[in-house]
Amino acid sequence: MYQKKCVIMEQKNFTLNQNRAPIYEALQTFRQMRVVPFDVPGHKRGRGNPELAAFLGERCVSIDVNSMKPLDNLCHPVSIIREAECLAADAFHAAHAFLMVGGTTSSVQSMVLAACKRGDKIILPRNVHRSVINALVLCGAVPVYVNPEVDQRLGISLGMQREQVAKAIRENPDAVAVLVNNPTYYGVCSDIRAIVKMAHDAGMYCLADEAHGTHFYFGEHMPVTAMEAGADMTAVSMHKSGGSLTQSSLLLTGPNVNPGHVRQIINLTQTTSGSYLLMSSLDISRRNLVLRGKEVFEKVISMAEYAREEINAIGGYYAFGKELINGNSIFDFDPTKLSIHTRDIGLAGIEVYDILRDDYDIQIEFGDIGNILAYLSIGDRPQELERLVSALAEIRRRYQTDGSGLLSQEYIDPQVVTSPQEAFYAPKKSVLLQESIGCVCSEFVMCYPPGIPILAPGERITAEILDYIEYAKAKGCSMTGPEDPDILRINVLTT
Amino acid sequence: MELWFSEFHTPDVKHSIRVNRHLFSAKSDYQQIDIFDTPEFGRVLALDNNVMLTERDEFIYDEMITHVPMSVHPHIQDILVIGAGDGGVVRELTRYETVQRIDLVELDPQVLEACRTYLPENACRLDDARVHIHFNNALRFIRRCTQQYDLIIVDSTDPFGPLESYFTREFYGSCYNALKEDGIMVNQQGSPFYKHDAEAMQRSHQRIARTFPISRVYQAHIPTYAAGYWLFGFASKKYHPIDDLDVARWRALHLETQYYTTKLHIGAFYLPAFLEKMLEEVE
Repeated sequence: MYQKKCVIMEQKNFTLNQNRAPIYEALQTFRQMRVVPFDVPGHKRGRGNPELAAFLGERCVSIDVNSMKPLDNLCHPVSIIREAECLAADAFHAAHAFLMVGGTTSSVQSMVLAACKRGDKIILPRNVHRSVINALVLCGAVPVYVNPEVDQRLGISLGMQREQVAKAIRENPDAVAVLVNNPTYYGVCSDIRAIVKMAHDAGMYCLADEAHGTHFYFGEHMPVTAMEAGADMTAVSMHKSGGSLTQSSLLLTGPNVNPGHVRQIINLTQTTSGSYLLMSSLDISRRNLVLRGKEVFEKVISMAEYAREEINAIGGYYAFGKELINGNSIFDFDPTKLSIHTRDIGLAGIEVYDILRDDYDIQIEFGDIGNILAYLSIGDRPQELERLVSALAEIRRRYQTDGSGLLSQEYIDPQVVTSPQEAFYAPKKSVLLQESIGCVCSEFVMCYPPGIPILAPGERITAEILDYIEYAKAKGCSMTGPEDPDILRINVLTT
Repeated sequence: MELWFSEFHTPDVKHSIRVNRHLFSAKSDYQQIDIFDTPEFGRVLALDNNVMLTERDEFIYDEMITHVPMSVHPHIQDILVIGAGDGGVVRELTRYETVQRIDLVELDPQVLEACRTYLPENACRLDDARVHIHFNNALRFIRRCTQQYDLIIVDSTDPFGPLESYFTREFYGSCYNALKEDGIMVNQQGSPFYKHDAEAMQRSHQRIARTFPISRVYQAHIPTYAAGYWLFGFASKKYHPIDDLDVARWRALHLETQYYTTKLHIGAFYLPAFLEKMLEEVE
C-alpha cells in the first residue's frame, strides 16, 4: 500500500519548473522593447484598425504578432515555443507535446495522419467526432468500426467493450492503430489500459481522442489519462476544460512515437502564422492547471454532484453519473460531466436545450434526442447552477407531456460500403433525401453539436437513418455536413 | 477631514454623501458590506458600494413594498420575504396581527448580523416568534415550495450583482408556483430613468408579465436611489392592485405610516407617459 502511494507521488511530480510560462514571459519582454514593426500583421499593434483595437483591447492586439527570432516559430520550434512544449509534455507526463492552433480537430487529424497512410486500417468506435473521419478522407485509411454498446434507457452510445476490440484486432491483424474516445462527449470512458495493451500486443498504435479529457490530467478522482494508460498519441482540447482560448489545443505523444515525423505531419496542414494569442493562452493555462488544477476540479466535481442531486430531486429528469459504471462499456465516468436524460418528462433533449435558451437565457453545450449536456468548468459559480436547476424545474412544470411519439435511439449501426476517401472523391449525384434509400452516401450528415456523424462518406443510406434525420430536424437539431444547406438533398455515389 | 461616500448611478453620474464615521466594513462570501454614519441620511448600508438603505429614507421603500399588497389581499397569513436582511420589510409586516408566519430567506448571514448590530431600528423585529430566518439561495429555497404562500416580497439588490438570479424567468416562475391560487408577489423593480437601469427594468417586467395574469408597476420617490425614482412590481394571480384595494379594512387597522396612504396607493399606479410606453413595449 505504502509503495503504491509512492509511485503515484512520483508520477505527480514534475521534472521542470512549472511556474514558468516562456511564451507569456517572452511576449511581456517583447512588449516592453517597443519594437518598430515593419512586418505582418498589417494592423501594426492595432493602430491600423482602431475599431478592432477598441473592441479587443490594446493589450490584446499588441501581442498579435508574427513569428520572429525572439518569439520562435511554431513550424520549427527551437526556443520559447520549444520550452513551452517541453513544459506541457512534463505537465501531462507525455514524451512530447505539440502546441496546436487549429483546434483539437487539427490535433486529431495530425494524430491519425501520423499513424495511418493510404489503405491502412484503423480500428475505432463509430461515435467518433467528425474530425477523425475527416482525417480518413484526407489520408485514405479505411475504418474498421467497433460498434459501441448503447444504453437502452438513455439512448446514448457508450464506450467500446474489450471483447469487441479484441475481436476487431483478431479479424484485422493488419490494422495499424486503435482509436479510443477518452471520454465520449457524455463522459463515458472505455477500459483504455486494456485497449492499449491489446493494441500494443498486436503491434498497433493506440490513439486517444481526449477532447473532453484535459482535466483528467490534473484533478483527483478522475478516470485514467491516455498518457498514463500508455497510449501513443492523444488529442487534448485545452480550450474545453483546460481554460485556454478557443482553437488552442495540444497533441501529446508517448515514447514510441518519433516527434520529428509528427512535426512534419502537423506542418502539412498547419498555418505558418501561428497565433501568439492562442499559444500564450496554452502556456498560461498549462501553468494554471499544474498550480491550481487539483483544487479547481475538486470544486467542479462538487458542483456537478450537487447539481445531479438537485436535478434528480425535481423528478422526471435523470442526471446520470458514476452509478452507470459497469466495468466494461462504461469502464469509468467523468464526474465533472452534467448530462441529463430528458425523455421521461416528454421532451427531446434538443427541445429542452431550445427552451433553456429562448425562455431562460441559459445556453448549454448541446441537446440531442434524449439528453442534454451542461458543460461545467473552472469558470462556473454556484448561483448560475441554481438558475439551471430552477429553470429545469420550471420547464418540467410548464411543458411536461406523456412523451408519446418520442424517439429513443441515438445510435444506428452503419453499413460501410467503401472507404471515406473513395466515397468522398468518387463520381456522385445529388438526390432528394427521401429518394436516397439504398444509395451510398458521399458526404457527412450530423447534428452539431455533438458533431458525431449520423452518416459518413461511404455508408449506405437506410430508411431508419432517414427517419432519424427527419426527426432530428423536426425537433430543431442543427444539422450540418451536406453541400445542400437546407439538407433536403444529399450527394450519393453514381454507381 | 473631508470624507465622502460616492456611488456611481451611471458611469457619468455620481451621488455623494458626506460621511462622519465608517462603522463597519467586511467582505463576505458574496459581497462587500459597509455601514457608515452620515450627517444628512443617518446610518447608511451599502453593498458592493451601492446604497441599500439609509435611516432617513428607508421608510419609503419598506412601507411601499409591504402595505400595498397587505391592503389588497384580504387574508394574508403566510409570507415569504426574499433578501431584506436589514429587517425593514419584516418590521412593517409584523405590525399585522393576522400574519402567522414570515419566512425570511437571506443569502448572506453577515448582512443580517451587521444590521442587527448597527441598524437596530430596522432589525428590531427579526426576533419576532413568527419570523423564521433561512440562510439560503432563494432560488434553491423556493423551488421546493408549492402553493404555500399568500404573499412573496422580493427585496433584492440590483440585477447586476450576486442576486442577478432573482430577476430571471425561472425565479418568477418558481414564485408563481410557490404562491397559493390567490397569491401576490411584490418586487423591487429598479429605476426607469437611466438607460442601463431602464433596460434591466424592462427585461424583468417582461418576464413577470409572462408569468402572472396580473402584472402592474407602481412608483415611489426615494432620494438616495438612482434618479431618486423607484419602481415596484405588483404581480398577482387574482387580486387587482386598485380594484381590490379595501380602504375601509386597512384604515380600521389604524396603522401609522409616514409615506403610505390608501390615496397614495392608487396614485402610485398612475405612471408617467414615457414609463407607460416602456412597459407596453415589453408586455
